[in-house]
Order: sequence, then C-alpha cells, then structure tokens
Amino acid sequence: MRQRLTVCRRRNGPREQTEQGLALLELTIRKHFPAAGSSPGFDLDVSMECEAGVTVLFGSSGSGKSLTLDSLAGFLRPDHGRILLNDEILFDAGSRICLPPQRRGIGYVFQTYALFPHMTVEQNLAFGIKRLPGLERHRRLHEMMEVFGLTALAARRPQDLSGGEKQRASIARALIAQPRLLLLDEPVRGLDYQLRMDFYSVLRSIRQKYRIPILLVTHDVTEGFVLADRMVVYQAGRIVQRGVPDEVFYHPQNAAVARLLGISNIFTGTVEELDSAADCSRIRTAMFPVTVPYLPGRLRGDRVSFCIPHQHVLLAHPGAAKGERGGAREGESGGENRIPVRVVEEVSTPTAVRLLLRVQGGPDTKDGNPPLQIESELTRLVYKRMGVAKQKDWLVTFPKDFIHVFGEQAE
Amino acid sequence: MPSVFHQIDWFPLWLSLRVAVLATAISLGAGLALAYILARYRFRGREALDALVTLPIVLPPTVLGYYLLVLLGRDTFLGRGFEAVFGFPLVFTWQAAVVAATLHSIPLLVKAARAALESVDHNMENAARTLGASEWRIFFQVTLPLARRSILAATVFAFARALGDFGVTIMIAGNIPGRTQTMAVAIYDAVQSGDTLLANLMVLIISALAIGILYWTNRLQGERLL
Repeated sequence: MRQRLTVCRRRNGPREQTEQGLALLELTIRKHFPAAGSSPGFDLDVSMECEAGVTVLFGSSGSGKSLTLDSLAGFLRPDHGRILLNDEILFDAGSRICLPPQRRGIGYVFQTYALFPHMTVEQNLAFGIKRLPGLERHRRLHEMMEVFGLTALAARRPQDLSGGEKQRASIARALIAQPRLLLLDEPVRGLDYQLRMDFYSVLRSIRQKYRIPILLVTHDVTEGFVLADRMVVYQAGRIVQRGVPDEVFYHPQNAAVARLLGISNIFTGTVEELDSAADCSRIRTAMFPVTVPYLPGRLRGDRVSFCIPHQHVLLAHPGAAKGERGGAREGESGGENRIPVRVVEEVSTPTAVRLLLRVQGGPDTKDGNPPLQIESELTRLVYKRMGVAKQKDWLVTFPKDFIHVFGEQAE
Repeated sequence: MPSVFHQIDWFPLWLSLRVAVLATAISLGAGLALAYILARYRFRGREALDALVTLPIVLPPTVLGYYLLVLLGRDTFLGRGFEAVFGFPLVFTWQAAVVAATLHSIPLLVKAARAALESVDHNMENAARTLGASEWRIFFQVTLPLARRSILAATVFAFARALGDFGVTIMIAGNIPGRTQTMAVAIYDAVQSGDTLLANLMVLIISALAIGILYWTNRLQGERLL
C-alpha cells in the first residue's frame, strides 16, 4: 500500500544500489497549525520511507519541507503519526512517545549553519562528542577536520570563516557524532557556483561513506536533480509526488508540480481520437492539435492537461519536410508534431538560448484568450547553426513520446 | 582639607558597597532563573509573573518599603520565620537593606535577561540539542555565553541601582548610624543636619562611582567581547 521508493542509477557511473527496499526511516505525521493573525492555518500531512542515500524534499517555500525536518529532529511535536528510525520509535502519538532531540541521533545542518560564534571551529566540532574517551575524541576530531579541510582553520571563530568554510564546519559538526540520519536545510543557499559544485561532491562522498538516509531540503530544481537518489515533491503541506528525479521531472503528477519544476509548456485540450493499435491519441487545444501516445483509460471528449519540456521542443525550417535537428526523426504522420510559430523573445544563458514562440494560425485570439506561446531551449551551437537570430518564422517540432499527459483530469 | 577626610565616617560607603554587591549577586542568581523561566516556558500566569517582577520599578519606593514592612515585620509569618532561622529579626538590620536593594535591582535584571535570552538564535540551541547536549549544558555553554553581554550590562545597572536605594531602605532598614545607615541615607542625614561639606563630599563620591559605572557599561556594550 505504501509505495517503496527505489534507488536508481542515473548518469555518471555506477552509484551502486543501496540496500534495496530496506527503509531505515519511516515517517507518517500530521500537524495542524491554527490560523493566527494574518497567516492562514496550515496542515502538514506527510508520510514517507527513506533508505540510505539522498532524498531531496522539493517544493516552494512554505510547503512544509522544513517543518518535516523539524518534526524529525524533535523540535516540533506532530499531532498524529509515528516516526521510526532503524526500527526505533522516535515519535508515536498513539503511545505518547516523543524522544527529545538529544536522544534521536540525528544530525541537522541548519540553513544558517548555526555554528556557535563563541567557540572555535575545533570547539564547535568537539561539542557533540564530549562524552567520548579522550583518545577517541581526539582521533575523530582530527580525522573530521582533515576530511573537511578544516585543519588550518581549527582555531578560527565562525565569523572569520567564508560561507563555504562555515558550511563544511557545520556538516562536519553534524557528522562527527555519527548520526543515524542527516538533515540538511537548503545547504547551498547563498553560495556561489563553485561552492555549490564543491558541496555536491562533498555530499556525494558523504553518501558513499555513511550508509544513512540523508534528507535535503531545496527549492532549486537543478540541485534536486543533481543530488537526489529520490525526490519527494511538496505542495501545501502534502507530498504530491515521489520518485527518482527523472521520473518526477519528465512525468510530473499535475500541472502544479510541472510549474514547480520550471516546465512552462503546459496546455489543456480535449481528447479527439484514441488509437491503441498505433499507440496514438490526438488532443485538440485552443489553437493546435497535438499527437500524443495512446492514453489508456481516457475517453473521447475528456479534458486533459499536458506538458512539453522545453528542452524537447525543436525548431525546423518552415517548408522543410524533415526537422533540422537529430531529434526530429519521424515524419509528420508518425507522431511528430509540427506547429508554425514566430519568435517573440529570446533569453540567453551561458550555455543555451531560451526562445519564447507565439503559435501562428489557427483560430485567432478573438475569444479574448491570450495567444498561445511555446517555449523552446536550444544549445548555443544549434542556435548559431540554424541561424535563429536572422529568421523569425519557424516550425516547432516535438515527438509525441516526449509529451507528458497529466494523470489528473483537467478542470 | 586632610582634616575633613579624617572627620568622615566611611562606614556608610562600605555598607552601601557591601549591600549593593550582595544584592546584585542575589538578583543575578534569582533574576537569571526567573528570566529563564519567563523566556523558556509557556504557562498560565507567565505575564502576571513578569508584571509582578516589574512592579518595583513602577511603585513608589516608600510604598514598596511599607509593603515589605508589612510582609517582613516581626509579627508576620515571614518575619518570624526569618527570626527562627537566623536568630535575629530582619527589619532594621543591614540585611534588611540587602533585601531592599535586591528588590530594587531585580526587575532590571529580569527584564534585560529575558530579552537577551529570548533573542538568542533558537537554531543555536536546537543545534546543541541535536548534538546531544543536556538543557543545563545548553544554558551554560550556549545560551548564556551568547546573551552574556546584555546580561553583564544589566548586572552593572542593577548594581548601580542597588547602591542608590533610599526609600525602601529607610522604610525597612531605618537610619541607624554605624549599623544600617547607607550612603544614600547618610547624604540625606548630612543635608538635614546642615553638614553641607560632608553632603557635598559624599555626593561627589557617589557621582564619580555612577559615572564610572556608566562608562564601563558603555564600553561593555560597544566592545566585541567574543
């Protein structure tokens, strides 16, 4: 009944499968926050299971991600539910068990790092291992400072550290006590690109070395995608989707999740044709018809929403029989969608150009609806080769298999 | 001039300092405990307790002194209790002056310490909790050190206030030269008996002390004491 999140290998080499199916952390919590003053009430109602590896809690601010971390750490007492870590009960509303944070064995890296300003880096790290015998404490302290590159900074106070150094010290402090679960609340907020990259590699090595669940809160899509073994998407206090990043990113649950993921090509239409033999369906939108894969369980006349990730929207010269780019293999009849568009805006990033394209033709905007627009992202190389800068009118093409129709019925 | 100094009875100054030091120490201990309770726990009557602690700032000193007299006099429950434990009555002794000074200085400490403890970043305390530190250890190793500058400044002010109490002291400790006559009371006495020279001298000493204290607290607050 509860779906298991499976760890899946993606990109850059074999990240071997972790203890498949062995949930180290199980959490089901509910908490009601009554409306107070100008802020409306809020309900947190989440449940998840985590194995060793990185679980990214993704969602907009105020969706309950940090509240989940606080409940796990024991700063917040949920109204209902249960938290199990390595089969030990940390919290159980039914039997009134709520272990204090001190006894949970959870490491927490705060957004502000929360290093003690009146202690040196070394004292900060030593804070959590006071009870260890002297020799062991000394050994662990120095090993940790070595691993996190803090040895030269041991005598410094936090206010004399850079952002990246503070972050490393904060992570080292959390890990030195050998927690059974590591929580990170937006760890790279405010850090520049290089420090983010450094953090990603630090996290990867932590992930390798410690076989513990790591929960990381972020509202940065790229970061979630890069770091996550599995992703959990939050919306208004609930988990709306969970899965490996690929799955979440290319098959968002609904339009809201897609928007959260930064997918802008979201359209609504009516199912016109369904052909299971050709694995083909046709959806008519206000301005253009689209061919998508067969939609099992749908009927003609159903209203559906779908999205086309902008990196899968390609350009072709108008009049050309075949697309210019490698992705456009199939002919028009074979499920390749072709729509005439006009470039209305270009946004350049260091590696790509994002195009805002207005759909041409079709019934005009007489009903007062704004003209439909499609976004496309081309690498700079493709942009140059095709001469997009000189020409305004194009065909956009996108293969039917890259269109994702949301499972939920559109309004 | 030297003859003037010989004439002076230094007892009131020493008594005042002794009373103020003791009162400040008691205020600091009790005040911190109260401030911690007020800052930390949500309970019914929390704000009422805060108001009660603040009352000595608002009430006229003589009123406060009268209350104390009524509460601690020889025929009262508390007064008899004190006498039974220490073997002498509390009222009209220098110990009564300590009670007066404590009552006068404790509101300042509680107010300032509560604000200081509440302003400490809760993430610091929570971080310490996840690192396994007991609440005691957190208070003494994290919260207090982070709030210490404001608390130290408040302590200095409390000391100054304890040093200068007149109204409450005269009500419950009285004006017995050589026994309960503090500096503030001695100045009043000197003025009453027309000894302007003595009054001037003592006023100068107190003023110098006050200025010194102010200067020191300002330095405490301005400096980075980390």
